[in-house]
Amino acid sequence: MAGFISSAKRYFLTKGGVHPRQNKRTASIMVFPGPNPEQVIIPLVQHTGAPCEPLVEVGDRVLVGQKIGDSDAYVSAPVHSSVSGEVAGIISHPHPTGKDVLSIQIVSDGLNELSPEVIPPGDPFQISPEEVRKFIRDAGIVGLGGAAFPTHVKLAPPAEKPIRTLIINGAECEPYLTADHRLMIERGKDIVRGALIIKHVVGAEEVIIAIESNKRDAVQRMREAGQKDGMHIAVLPTRYPMGAEKTLIRTLTGREVPSGGLPSDVGVVVNNVGTAAAIADLFEKGAPLIERIVTVCGDGVAGNANLRIKIGTMARDVIEFCGGYVGGRGKLIFGGPMMGLAQYSDRVPVVKGTSGILVLRRENLFIKEPAHFTCIRCGRCVRYCPMNLMPYALGMYADSGIWDKLEQFNVNDCIECGCCAYVCPTKNPLVQLMKVGKEGLAKRKKKLEEFEHSFSEEESVG
Amino acid sequence: MADNKKTAEEKRRPPEELFHIGVSPHVRDRDTTSSIMGWVIAALIPLTAYSIYIGGLSTLTVIICSIAGAVGCEFVLQRFMHKPITIHDLSAALTGLLLALTLPPRLPFWMPLIGGAVAIALGKQVFGGLGHNIFNPALVGRAFLFISWSKYMTTSYLQKPVAWVVNTSTIKSINAITSATPLFAMSEARKGALDIQASKYYLPLLFGNPWGCIGEVSGALIILGLIILLTKRLIDWRIPVCYVGTVMILSLIIGADPVFSALAGGLLLGACFMATDYVTNPMTSWGKAIFAVGCGIVTVVIRFYSHLPEGVMFSILFMNGITPVIDRFIKPRPYGVGKGSAKA
Repeated sequence: MAGFISSAKRYFLTKGGVHPRQNKRTASIMVFPGPNPEQVIIPLVQHTGAPCEPLVEVGDRVLVGQKIGDSDAYVSAPVHSSVSGEVAGIISHPHPTGKDVLSIQIVSDGLNELSPEVIPPGDPFQISPEEVRKFIRDAGIVGLGGAAFPTHVKLAPPAEKPIRTLIINGAECEPYLTADHRLMIERGKDIVRGALIIKHVVGAEEVIIAIESNKRDAVQRMREAGQKDGMHIAVLPTRYPMGAEKTLIRTLTGREVPSGGLPSDVGVVVNNVGTAAAIADLFEKGAPLIERIVTVCGDGVAGNANLRIKIGTMARDVIEFCGGYVGGRGKLIFGGPMMGLAQYSDRVPVVKGTSGILVLRRENLFIKEPAHFTCIRCGRCVRYCPMNLMPYALGMYADSGIWDKLEQFNVNDCIECGCCAYVCPTKNPLVQLMKVGKEGLAKRKKKLEEFEHSFSEEESVG
Repeated sequence: MADNKKTAEEKRRPPEELFHIGVSPHVRDRDTTSSIMGWVIAALIPLTAYSIYIGGLSTLTVIICSIAGAVGCEFVLQRFMHKPITIHDLSAALTGLLLALTLPPRLPFWMPLIGGAVAIALGKQVFGGLGHNIFNPALVGRAFLFISWSKYMTTSYLQKPVAWVVNTSTIKSINAITSATPLFAMSEARKGALDIQASKYYLPLLFGNPWGCIGEVSGALIILGLIILLTKRLIDWRIPVCYVGTVMILSLIIGADPVFSALAGGLLLGACFMATDYVTNPMTSWGKAIFAVGCGIVTVVIRFYSHLPEGVMFSILFMNGITPVIDRFIKPRPYGVGKGSAKA
């Protein structure tokens, strides 16, 4: 009964969101080891924050797990080699975000020799949270849900904001993706261990593992794994974007992260299940983040699978490993279909934030968008927006460049989940307009500041 | 030379190595403007078919002329203004059909033609086309006809009664005012000029009303259309419920029969298909509720306190004009702004 009441409460706390076709065809397929690539290209920026500096030179021999790039900045995470072999070049290479990024090209010798650097750091519960965070940083662990925010920063909330709740996010609301789902089924114990380490570091009182109701088997497995350690397994309504940090917090706690704030403002830390498992791996085997589970799916690729892929493997190698392309060339998407990034070429490496590689055929592709912003004022975008914004107004103002109105309508609270564009009957590219609006607003603010600055300088001179 | 030719050829051929790019989301909902308009038309088809069955050829003529006037006018205007032709999105056809359903069945054929053309020209295209109009185009067309040729608009009502719904005693008691609509009869009854009970009208109004506009023949079929729209999640339930609810409650307070008030006149058609027009009602749920309550109040005021027997058309047009004001003041509270966000 209590369970029924809490799930009913969750249903009412859910606002907005859509039900795209799930297409989770790989949900019952075990995770397999991915290809052994002949070469990997490891970008020096795989996280949110400062780029790394290369620590190796062309011609050096590197081993699996060896640190090859690091930065002095706090908000940054080092990168490690995922193969053993020779550094063939330090080159500018396409990155999934669309830019060219300085990357380290390593030609594998096929031996996968482990670096002596890789040693388990010892019992995390015996050492202080600061030391645990240092180990996590050195292992290059970032949020594996997609945004790739450095985990050691996330686990260091300001002292004046005590953390009450730790949420382990296994919602995986994106269609097609099943990487987290399989991880929960196959490695539930590791996720629980990782969650306990994070709980120890941030000093949380309770741990909630959040799973969408469409993953019954994962709920069952996590209940078994987490029972002993007092984990609370929360079953969420299945609705995109349930796994987005802000909507997740509202659904589980009823609290709302203030506009422009962080989850720690309401006493919450959210971590992905993959991140928890990576932290557990680190303290058990000493393994840095050199591989991750990626769902390869879609109607444009011959075989659908969940693969454990070495960071830096080319998308082309992964798709060849899965049997190659089927049908006309459509879209190659890194991530899910709702928020993923479309790639122009398959010579793009898998990075730490890549949760899926989705190939869509040209025949079934949606590519027809209106040339201009046309709105029939149906109000669906307002009804389905999980952030309670008015996307039609934001789109209109972004299209015509009325920046101060954009600020008035809280454009910066948009999480770019794509619900508005998904439901729009005229197929307006609303997410694109939000991005345009945010950038235009930032540019205008900068210009205004510069102008005021020059003005005050003139005054002081005069 | 050969090299140049080859590169030109290569340029023309789509590069096989590359993929489409585009901003997320990469999948979209199936609903489009034309599919939504198509579903609204589909929801109106049972009602239209039944009205043709009752009214015969004259009703069919009115419907066809009205749709032809609307679609033709849209085509001609867009051609003339060098704009893309958008008659395939079915919105002009829907306007024409809705206009026809608000007209008396025995109009001369040129009136619905003019009405449809005016609905599109003055109701929609002068504002910039679909999505920019302030007033419901079908009601603009009807208001134009109503004001210009009010003699035709108020006396061309009578249709063949349906035997199993309207029994002889009802016909006898209404015989004195053969061509009057039920609403007109009731307003006469309130003055004491007629002795008739509102409850006698329930059955005809639901299943086969011979006195009134084309779309007023059957309340039950309008409700069927409403159910179709609601199950397809095309309209917000707040508008029909709040509109009809307000009219019923106010009628009860004034002392009129609430069920009769809900069924009579164009109220059901207006509440289900006119007030729910996307373009001309507010964007937020609360805004829609306020809009509908406002429509209800204005309808009752016109029905009981003015010389017009019916107020649905002017009430919706009036509230259409207030919609921008409602949209300005009723906004959803964004996530993380205001109350509920700060407390940890």
